[in-house]
Amino acid sequence: MKNNDIAISVRGLTKRFGSFTAVDGISFEVRKGEIFGFLGANGAGKTTAMRMLCGLSYPTSGTGTVAGYDITRQAEDIKRHIGYMSQKFSLYEELTVSENLTLFSTIYGMSDEEIKVKAAEVFRTLGMENMRNSLVKDIPMGWKQKVAFSAATMHTPDVVFLDEPTGGVDPVTRRKFWEMIYKASSEGMTVFVTTHYLDEAEYCNRISIMVDGRIKALDSPQGLKKKYGAENMDEVFRIVAKDARRGN
Amino acid sequence: MNLRILEILLKKEIRLMMRNPFIPRMIIAMPLMVMLVLPLVANMEVKNVGVAVVDNDRSELSRRIIADMNASEFLSVKGNEFSYGNALQLIETGSADAIVVIPDNYSKNLTNGHKPKLEIDANGVNATKGMLGANYAAQSISHTLRQWHAANGAELSLSQISVMNYFNPTLNFRNYMIPALMVVLIIIICGFLPTLNLVREKETGTIEAMNVTPVSKFTFVLSKLIPYWVVGLLVITVGMIIGCLVYGLVPAGNIANIYFAAVLFSLVMSGLGVTIANTSSTMLQSIFMMFAFIMIFQLMGGLFTPIASMPQWAQYFTHAVPPRYFIEIMRSVYLKGASIADLWIQYTILACFALLFCGIASFTYRKQS
Repeated sequence: MKNNDIAISVRGLTKRFGSFTAVDGISFEVRKGEIFGFLGANGAGKTTAMRMLCGLSYPTSGTGTVAGYDITRQAEDIKRHIGYMSQKFSLYEELTVSENLTLFSTIYGMSDEEIKVKAAEVFRTLGMENMRNSLVKDIPMGWKQKVAFSAATMHTPDVVFLDEPTGGVDPVTRRKFWEMIYKASSEGMTVFVTTHYLDEAEYCNRISIMVDGRIKALDSPQGLKKKYGAENMDEVFRIVAKDARRGN
Repeated sequence: MNLRILEILLKKEIRLMMRNPFIPRMIIAMPLMVMLVLPLVANMEVKNVGVAVVDNDRSELSRRIIADMNASEFLSVKGNEFSYGNALQLIETGSADAIVVIPDNYSKNLTNGHKPKLEIDANGVNATKGMLGANYAAQSISHTLRQWHAANGAELSLSQISVMNYFNPTLNFRNYMIPALMVVLIIIICGFLPTLNLVREKETGTIEAMNVTPVSKFTFVLSKLIPYWVVGLLVITVGMIIGCLVYGLVPAGNIANIYFAAVLFSLVMSGLGVTIANTSSTMLQSIFMMFAFIMIFQLMGGLFTPIASMPQWAQYFTHAVPPRYFIEIMRSVYLKGASIADLWIQYTILACFALLFCGIASFTYRKQS
């Protein structure tokens, strides 16, 4: 089912660890250029699902495509067309900001000239020219997240996966971070983002809510609020996730 | 494989290594410490073997035998007893390691053309000391007897044994140990560093950031192996410099032969290190596993105990212990001046091990779990 408008498509995606089913037959589609929010309580299986989409983990069963490539057989092709930023901070702390950006961009096949232009642009828009030669471990958390996001998107991937990108960041920086996400989306990147902050869910085009390894709800924020007769996403989440047995 | 990617990954490894507050110092400090201290401590030369003498002869000859033994730098006469029982007591209290019994009328019988027998008993509890002590005593006595015979114009009735040690004429234990210590250094440094490096990437999560990129796993593993060739060469260089400056030990053969073997062996160790890192998820796990290998490598590679004196089954097993070949090369090049042509079997086997371990390292590396 190769559709030109579809960035991600999965059918019955399942991951079992022994007798524990972390992800239980989920199916969904993400359209190109969409900002797709992937919500769920701790332990609902969000990260496991995302790792399967990125080619870090083999699905136990189920099929799917990301950026037009099969997740079971073409994981390395997928990796050429995606960017990934993890909740576990994933830059090299002992390298400078600029060395980190160069490292990842080179691996994604950008030429030295492209990297120079793109990095200069990143430093300008982030307003961090003075930090380019600082070691990543020496810059504040909020800046680290922005650099990590830039490292994941500098090669303009088709899809960018963000695993709790705003964890531990103050509200102002979170807002700025979402501006970056909007900008990436406007440049044509599909954004797949997991988050714990329900106010952030409102910024997404569509949201899925995972409970105990299954997708319990999937719609636009307005659609979900209407369906559950809720005032805000917080309420929606509480209604959908009230029967959750895993987590906490 | 993309050379541009390999290059940037190597730059990353080298930067991380140089910015680490500990690793560059360890690469220099550890060879210094091991090479300066261990040859003095790990010494198998036996000196000051205590000898208890039971002199039943009480002749001029017997007194000379005792005086000559006492003059030897290896022996010291701890007592001249009247009975064997008293001498045995000296052994039991630990002040003597061997007993020399000179029989009644020894000197007289010797002059009359009889062949009287001296008796040497050694304490076998400390096997090396006992055995060497008995040998030293026998050598000293036969030396005295030869002189005595010559002085009295008599034919020498003893068979003359002369031992000549090739390649290490003074049987200096350091000459044997120093090349082996360099092997120990490479085992430890090139084995542990890549293991810890890779497991650290796992623990901090940067490995995930790499696995989600299109970097080929072969390129990535190479970027983990290549820096340790360089480290291996550095370590061996520091070792050779100290060997030369401090102990005056210069390789009799070509230094290039040593470097070539060091590169091959560094690859064996770092391949093993990466393989261990691939299969462990925490530092603790990987360190324990590495220790197990290092123990076997050090004890069965012929470093401290000669392979020829191991039981037969163990000797067969040592063929699967890679440092064995590196140690053989090091000792042959250092002491005998052997060339690659002489040692082609060892070089070939070492190269095969290097290929095998690096192959396993990249095979067991998983980008997807």
